[in-house]
Amino acid sequence: MNSDALTFLLTAVVKILITIFVLLTAVAYTVWLERKVVGRMQNRWGPSRVGPFGLLQPLADGLKFIFKEDLTPPYVHHFVYILAPMLAVVMALTAIALVPIGPSITIGHITTPIQITGVNDANGGSSDIGIGLLILLGITSISVYGVSLAGWSSNSKYSLLGSLRASAQMVSYEIALGLSLVGVLMISGTFSLREIVRQQQGGFWHWNIFGGFQFVAFFIYIMAAYAETNRIPFDLPEAETELVAGYHTEYSAMKFAMFFMAEYANMITVACVASVIFLGGWSGPIPSFLPPILQSILPVFYFLLRVFFFIFLYIWIRGTLPRFRYDQLMAFGWKFLLPLAIANIVITAFVIAVRG
Amino acid sequence: MVPLSFYLVLSAFLFACGVCGFLIKRNIISLFMSIELMLNAVNLTFVAYAAFWQRLSGHIFVFFVMVVAAAEAAVGLAIIIAIFRTRETLNVDRVNLLKL
Amino acid sequence: MLHLILFVIFAGICAGGALNMLLQKHPINSALSLIVVMVSLAMLYMLLGAEFVAAIQIIVYAGAIMVLFVFVIMLLNAGEDEQTKGSRVAMLFGFPSLLVAAGVLVYTLVLRGGNTASLAIGQFHGTAENISDLLFKEFILPFEVTSVLILIAIMGAVLLARKGGTE
Repeated sequence: MNSDALTFLLTAVVKILITIFVLLTAVAYTVWLERKVVGRMQNRWGPSRVGPFGLLQPLADGLKFIFKEDLTPPYVHHFVYILAPMLAVVMALTAIALVPIGPSITIGHITTPIQITGVNDANGGSSDIGIGLLILLGITSISVYGVSLAGWSSNSKYSLLGSLRASAQMVSYEIALGLSLVGVLMISGTFSLREIVRQQQGGFWHWNIFGGFQFVAFFIYIMAAYAETNRIPFDLPEAETELVAGYHTEYSAMKFAMFFMAEYANMITVACVASVIFLGGWSGPIPSFLPPILQSILPVFYFLLRVFFFIFLYIWIRGTLPRFRYDQLMAFGWKFLLPLAIANIVITAFVIAVRG
Repeated sequence: MVPLSFYLVLSAFLFACGVCGFLIKRNIISLFMSIELMLNAVNLTFVAYAAFWQRLSGHIFVFFVMVVAAAEAAVGLAIIIAIFRTRETLNVDRVNLLKL
Repeated sequence: MLHLILFVIFAGICAGGALNMLLQKHPINSALSLIVVMVSLAMLYMLLGAEFVAAIQIIVYAGAIMVLFVFVIMLLNAGEDEQTKGSRVAMLFGFPSLLVAAGVLVYTLVLRGGNTASLAIGQFHGTAENISDLLFKEFILPFEVTSVLILIAIMGAVLLARKGGTE
């Protein structure tokens, strides 16, 4: 292999390691943030004993999960029982490879885009996969298997019912999720996430939610994302008062921790995709008196602000709303969100055709 | 540089596996999965030839094959559920009377 | 060289998955092997430059059709395959005929196939723009007909799934 390919490979490995490390830490501290914020909304402290402000609570939780007894019930279908949490976690962590976090960064003589699947193209810019958004939807489709196989392999009534409900819910809301993104796709004309961000630079009136008038699509995307990640108000499949614990009833210790991690990693991925597609990715004022390396890092900071806003929205809604009943949930997805998403596509297409 | 014949050999092997599965399996759902395998083998042939002749009609055909496979899977699985409800067996050898 | 290595890896996974689908007795294991076959086929499509078709393969086949199969296997609680007399006879004739059929096809395609030029990565791109160009101009009629087909399939599935059968 020539030195170009080797450089590309090494930078990709470094980016992957940094991203996995940051993502896993973010998952742990999202759990801390949720417990703190929900606690404050319910007029209590949340974790506050372990370390200052309870900041070492995720560490304590991680140690607890590692030391718990890893129990395998006797009548489970062994291969599928072990495969299911692995599938859930792998798909949740893979999706972050497609998300563009910032423009190119130059360290020494190596220039690379801040995105695992981004490459430098021929005329000095950066580009990524031409079908990035479709691959993201595909990864979301495959993560349904983690949930459905987990419930079935546990050989228990509660798990089976919980997993059937959860996978039916995820499959139904995938459609609304995909269709809500079509409006933005028509405006941008490309599936490439980096290109979509690039077209939203230069002021907040260029963002797809304001300038592209996609606030209905934004609303639909948020609702469908909450249902995809099984969060309140759509968390019937894993509610403690409903089905014991739904599809992860029979899982203990590390396998349960993997489902837990998968859920929060999915939340973070959805937040990243929403900020890329609707809120302009990394756009923000960059003062020119900063050194070049800080000029590359500042857009990442703006991106993380948007992701934090989304995660806070998730947690805020969790602390506020009750959960849907299952038939209300399915009716909402099929009879309200789907026609609304199609109407959004038709109106956006009409406006684009009239304008250009 | 991979010769076209490699892709065609793989596609032929997958199709033969699908036919063999259709002959030897007794569970209705496994039979149905062998049919899907045959359809996928044909898709691979379409895409390989599309790349060989540099024409996109092969991809369009694959698109239509996928749509037909999806429609067929939906209706076929509904039929399988209906058969299970009345005869309470998934073994093809036992579904041998037109009316129970 | 890289093309050949990638092709051998994904073709090996594909063929192994197909054989595993034949040899497993429990339908859930066959379903999981079939999912592996479909994902590796998507990777092979990407090697052939068909990126849109590869994404659609994962979204539609591996992510929707196989989910339906797994649902039905879970709902009907399908157990392991029983070996009846008919299936033993079929296995006795089936596996050799698989080899014969595969051998005949290989012989015809490789030795008598004629022009087998090579395909390189990146030579030909099936991007979404090109495919939509064809789909909405030249193939618009089949496209509309498939939408009617999907409507018929939806009606048929809803009708069959209603309890109370043939009313």
